Amino acid sequence: MAMEKDLNPHSPRIRKLRENSHPNTSTSRMCNNNQRDNHYQNILNSPRDYNYAPSSPTARTRHRRRSSENLSEVSRSNVSRVSNLLLGDKNKYKSMWIRTCSSLWMLGGVMFIIYMGHLYIWAMVVAIQIFMARELFFLLRRVHEERRLPGFRLLNWHFFFTAMLFVYGRMLQQQLVNTVSSDRFIYKLVSGLIKYQMVIWYFLYIAGFIWFILTLKKKMYRYQFGQYAWTHMILIVVLAQSSFIVANIFEGIFWFLLPAALIAMNDVAAYFFGFYFGKTPLIKLSPKKTWEGFIGASVATIISAFFFANVLGQFQWLTCPRKDLSTGWLHCDPGPLFRPEYYPLPFWIAPFSPWKEISILPVQWHAFSLGLFASAIAPFGGFFASGFKRAFKIKDFGDSIPGHGGFTDRMDCQNVMAFFAYIYIHSFIVNQYSVEMILDQISRGLGDEEQKMLYVKLGDILQHKLQGRF
Amino acid sequence: MQKGIAGDAPSPPTTRVRHRKRNSDIGAGAGKTNGNHLLVNDSSKYKSFLVRAYSTIWMIGGFALIVYLGHLYITAMVVVIQIFMARELFNLLRKTHEDKQLPGFRLLNWHFFFTAMLFVYGRILSQRLVNTVTPDKVLYRLVTSLIRYHMAICYSLYISGFVWFILTLKKKMYKYQFSQYAWTHMILIVVFTQSSFTVANIFEGIFWFLLPASLIVINDIFAYICGFFFGRTPLIKLSPKKTWEGFIGASITTVISAFLLANIMGRFLWLTCPREDLSTGWLHCDPGPLFKQETHTLPGWISDLLPWKEITILPVQWHALCLGLFASIIAPFGGFFASGFKRAFKIKDFGDSIPGHGGMTDRMDCQMVMAVFAYIYHQSFVVPEVLSVDKLLDQIITSLTLEEQQALFMKLGQMLQEKVIGS
Repeated sequence: MAMEKDLNPHSPRIRKLRENSHPNTSTSRMCNNNQRDNHYQNILNSPRDYNYAPSSPTARTRHRRRSSENLSEVSRSNVSRVSNLLLGDKNKYKSMWIRTCSSLWMLGGVMFIIYMGHLYIWAMVVAIQIFMARELFFLLRRVHEERRLPGFRLLNWHFFFTAMLFVYGRMLQQQLVNTVSSDRFIYKLVSGLIKYQMVIWYFLYIAGFIWFILTLKKKMYRYQFGQYAWTHMILIVVLAQSSFIVANIFEGIFWFLLPAALIAMNDVAAYFFGFYFGKTPLIKLSPKKTWEGFIGASVATIISAFFFANVLGQFQWLTCPRKDLSTGWLHCDPGPLFRPEYYPLPFWIAPFSPWKEISILPVQWHAFSLGLFASAIAPFGGFFASGFKRAFKIKDFGDSIPGHGGFTDRMDCQNVMAFFAYIYIHSFIVNQYSVEMILDQISRGLGDEEQKMLYVKLGDILQHKLQGRF
Repeated sequence: MQKGIAGDAPSPPTTRVRHRKRNSDIGAGAGKTNGNHLLVNDSSKYKSFLVRAYSTIWMIGGFALIVYLGHLYITAMVVVIQIFMARELFNLLRKTHEDKQLPGFRLLNWHFFFTAMLFVYGRILSQRLVNTVTPDKVLYRLVTSLIRYHMAICYSLYISGFVWFILTLKKKMYKYQFSQYAWTHMILIVVFTQSSFTVANIFEGIFWFLLPASLIVINDIFAYICGFFFGRTPLIKLSPKKTWEGFIGASITTVISAFLLANIMGRFLWLTCPREDLSTGWLHCDPGPLFKQETHTLPGWISDLLPWKEITILPVQWHALCLGLFASIIAPFGGFFASGFKRAFKIKDFGDSIPGHGGMTDRMDCQMVMAVFAYIYHQSFVVPEVLSVDKLLDQIITSLTLEEQQALFMKLGQMLQEKVIGS
């Protein structure tokens, strides 16, 4: 490749190549203007071209570093380091405008879908998941090998469909049964499918496995195995996240909306704090992030978690769990977490504010933990994605959203947060084995005589316990 | 036995193979070229046969001893095998040069391993653990609260490993570290899925562990023997030593022996009773309808040939036929996968723990596919027939609070009354 020999970074050939690789995104234009000052932009600028030998970017960096040191003293390199941060960036206002526009559009779309209901949110999650999987499937595919393996892409989608069936089958079996319980024939069909869902899923998976083995081609083993492992990793990452999100949704939209809003809030606050105050770099992986942005965003996120929970917790549409797959309005008893409790304000605040007491929903204390996690740990999802992009020398996962990159770029922190929210809910908020669940198991799994036997035995045990107490 | 590092350039081995094939072409007639790899024409086959037979007998002997000792020891054996497999696989694609620059990275692998073990065995054995400590009040409370927060504990361990990984990313090693991370996840998934399903099967009754495992062993042995004596047509390019004759012979033998083995094994209470806690004593239980003998009268034309008028069949033998069918047809694909994998990464064996056989992973590759199938089959077709009142009662007592139990009691009463009124 000619690039390996051409080490002069300012040669017209290389500048032209860079400009051609990113014609539309404003960030690349901004990068091209700051080429001389940015060490890290070397890696970010090269397109998804892992075929290039790894020595050339580092050689170019070394060359550039040498030339910059020759040209100037330490102060120049200090300036160049600071200019990595948003503070000294000339085109930052333009990029901010583009990001704000697309953020507002995304926000508007999400709010509309939330208004529509649980089923539509689920559909949105599935659509996002398909986009993410497609972006990630494309990433490490090599076009040259791909031509010699027709039908291999189809295998990826087969595994995707199988995984989706598995995940949503398990999560939504209860809701599905409740939806069709009116019609006896479909009820039997659906319960039969659910009873044997593991077997169905397993055979689909084994069929894909056997298909994979039968299509192993002689000199392509390594590529195919790499793709197989890559497919599994993608499916696990993408589907685990979306399955947790869907499970949270059906517990109540609150448990989906609050974590997602906290992540978005953290991102936006970090961006603005970094914009105005950012000086100290946070981590080598993401040179644009600063400690000021991080800490400012943490404080803002935790405080807003407290208030968001109060605001969101007052709507029944958001707090009621959905027991079936219908789309109508919900009425339920939201449970002790969402009943407001009144605390009189301490005397030193009372003179300043017109209210004598404040109402706090108990769920707001839980929101503190969620906010803490969202600000402290969830950014590591973003660091992981940055490190990944750096390791494989790609700038963005895709280019579906202007100013933000692909869907995976947006969802990387959401991923970690959704997982945490699910585990938090199921450990500290919801009881895993609820009375309804066990009643269902009893009515579905046991015959009439066995149910009576269970009733009698349970009565005995409870009587024993009550007697043992006195 | 070359454990080639993944970074080898692909060209020299293939030219070597082509060169070898050319030699054999020149040296002999057409009949010998295809058969060079087959066991039938291998001259030193008797010696390798002896080595394999010797280690096989030792493995079977040790295995039988552990089955005799009980559920807990079998679980311990599975855990040990799993640790060996994970170690072999972790070592495989490691590059020593990069490893020197990343101290503590191997520790990260074992951290994830320990987290996965806690997660998997905690879920499977939680009920049994609770049953073991029921007599002691303090331990009972401790154990039930640990189980309630089990998911949260495992999650925090995993997230700390994740954060640790990100904080140790070193500048020029990103790609190596990310591939190692992905590789670790894949290994843990493969190893733990299999062993978790195996352990779940064991506690349902040693029968459900022993039968699938023996079927795989029988399939392997008879494929080897049939290939030894009759093998001519190669089966698949991935494993040149396997033949169609061996495959078909082994299938028939496996299905027949599945039928007979299930009958023999089903008579022992030690093998068929589920274990409700983690003790090691003798088991007495009602094995359930699957293991009750049914006598069928033989049809007329067979009873004339054989001295018996009727045969006793345990209903479980029909299930065993399905297991045998799967073991002979689908499970070998696990072996093909492992062969393809070794070929892709140019390694001869996963390890060298077992003489004549290679490493632990070489022996367990088909077992993995079978264990998953056995578990799913058991959960889907066997368990719903025997969902017991006692199990549900156990679940109710351990996972609900007293008030919830009373609420359940009242609602159940209402439900039953409605049924009586309605019918």
